[in-house]
Amino acid sequence: MYVAVKGGEAAIANAHRLLADRRRGDRAVPALTLVQIAGQLALAVDRVMAEGSLYDPELAAMAVRQSRGDLIEAIFLIRAYRTTLPRFAASRPIDTGAMLIERRISATYKDLPGGLLLGPTFDYTHRLIEPEMAEDGAVPAPASRQPADDGPAPRVTDILGDEALIEGDGADDGGEPADLTRSPLAFPASRDLRLQALARGDEGFLLGLGYSTQRGYGRTHPFVGEIRIGEVEVEVDLPEFGFAVTIGRVRVTECQMVSQFTGSKDVPPKFTRGYGLVFGQLERKAMAMSLVDRALRADEFDEERRAPAQDEEFVLAHSDNVQATGFVEHLKLPHYVDFQAELGLLRTMRGDANEDRNQASKIGESEPSALDRGDGSVGE
Amino acid sequence: MHHPDDTTSSSTLDNGRRRAVSAFAQADAAFLREAWAKLGGSREILPLRGPENGLVMVRGRAGGGGAPFNLGEASVTRASVRLDGAMVGHAMVLGRDGDRATFAAAFDALWQVEAEREGVESRVVAVIETALAEVDRERRSETEATRVDFFTMMRGED
Repeated sequence: MYVAVKGGEAAIANAHRLLADRRRGDRAVPALTLVQIAGQLALAVDRVMAEGSLYDPELAAMAVRQSRGDLIEAIFLIRAYRTTLPRFAASRPIDTGAMLIERRISATYKDLPGGLLLGPTFDYTHRLIEPEMAEDGAVPAPASRQPADDGPAPRVTDILGDEALIEGDGADDGGEPADLTRSPLAFPASRDLRLQALARGDEGFLLGLGYSTQRGYGRTHPFVGEIRIGEVEVEVDLPEFGFAVTIGRVRVTECQMVSQFTGSKDVPPKFTRGYGLVFGQLERKAMAMSLVDRALRADEFDEERRAPAQDEEFVLAHSDNVQATGFVEHLKLPHYVDFQAELGLLRTMRGDANEDRNQASKIGESEPSALDRGDGSVGE
Repeated sequence: MHHPDDTTSSSTLDNGRRRAVSAFAQADAAFLREAWAKLGGSREILPLRGPENGLVMVRGRAGGGGAPFNLGEASVTRASVRLDGAMVGHAMVLGRDGDRATFAAAFDALWQVEAEREGVESRVVAVIETALAEVDRERRSETEATRVDFFTMMRGED
């Protein structure tokens, strides 16, 4: 028998009204504007765009505001929003080699053509809370310097690749890339599908997995070949024009992780690579993604798959924080009927056990313990 | 991509329009509206399609240059308009600003009117390109100031 229980409408309505009140907080304090959130909490907005898998800073700022800063909740809102819209087209693959670079570093080459540009980084800060953050003091304008030259800044892997010391990018077979928003994950997964899943995967989960590969759970001995952050143009082939047009620019972070050699009797040893690419300025996420991408390529290099980060089913099935939060958080919703069934089962089991013991105690003439007398009357 | 017949006037025209359309897509709505007031004159913008919001799947390439993969979507707005029953213009722009898409499409149509092209090029396309270049130059200069200039310190004797 299934008994539907109704009720709680007034409680829910008032709870949402209370949520709106708490979200707004003290009315004497000015409300946050979207421009403030997108401008001053830019990296939170970037994370919502990357894991929400939708590039739209203003919309992500709205989601951050609506979710009171709960970023997974904000990501959920973005994912829900995107399901309401038609997809007009797919872009041409973005060209990160033509990026307007805002940061570019390499841990492997200090004399990289195009040079190393630190950009707006937390690196080398002391990680001490600055008293100025309690105030709204004047901030000096950034230093400025005439760019050395407008020469290209090739991707580091293109430089190393010329010497054939590092594996190439692989061929483009011209096929349509897999799309997990259109068809469910299937295993074994192709690398394009894995990269899509990782690009929208939870930063914390991927960070933990990437860290695990460094600690020995998986075979990587990585170096950051290059990290670059900046804007790239998005080009779309539109039939109404008959050619590709630029529809705007997006900021992305790319990480080329160079990993240890592979080779065979026929092929001399080469560095291998993991790749990270995410929307926004999200260096940690791009690095973690590149570590996990490399770990998941174990089969390509005849590496034994023993660690969690090498197990694509484990990684891809658990990297999506909207799926994860949906399943974990659903546990707090009413399970009264399920639980009644479990209670019933438990009582039956204990009843059977009691009966057995009563039989035994009749033989031994001993009293049943207080616990055994429990008749499950609680909650009836 | 270079084709042998890239030198024909139709592909030159395409290249010009491609540049113009890419500029319109990166201008803000207020600028486009103001420019339209000056250049559009009394021409009426008749909506043919949209403006409507939708998505474009942005793709990257494995390793940066390998096989494409789906990075994630971006919100876009597209619009198609007709000017006084004559030229048809199209636009697709990042974001959800319907006005921006509508005026971008209107300028695409106006650009195709030969008598207007010169004016649209000099007073709209060039202005947008200059503004974008200026913003880029400033950002490049700020980034340049964070360039690491390595120097070597000699330790010990020779």
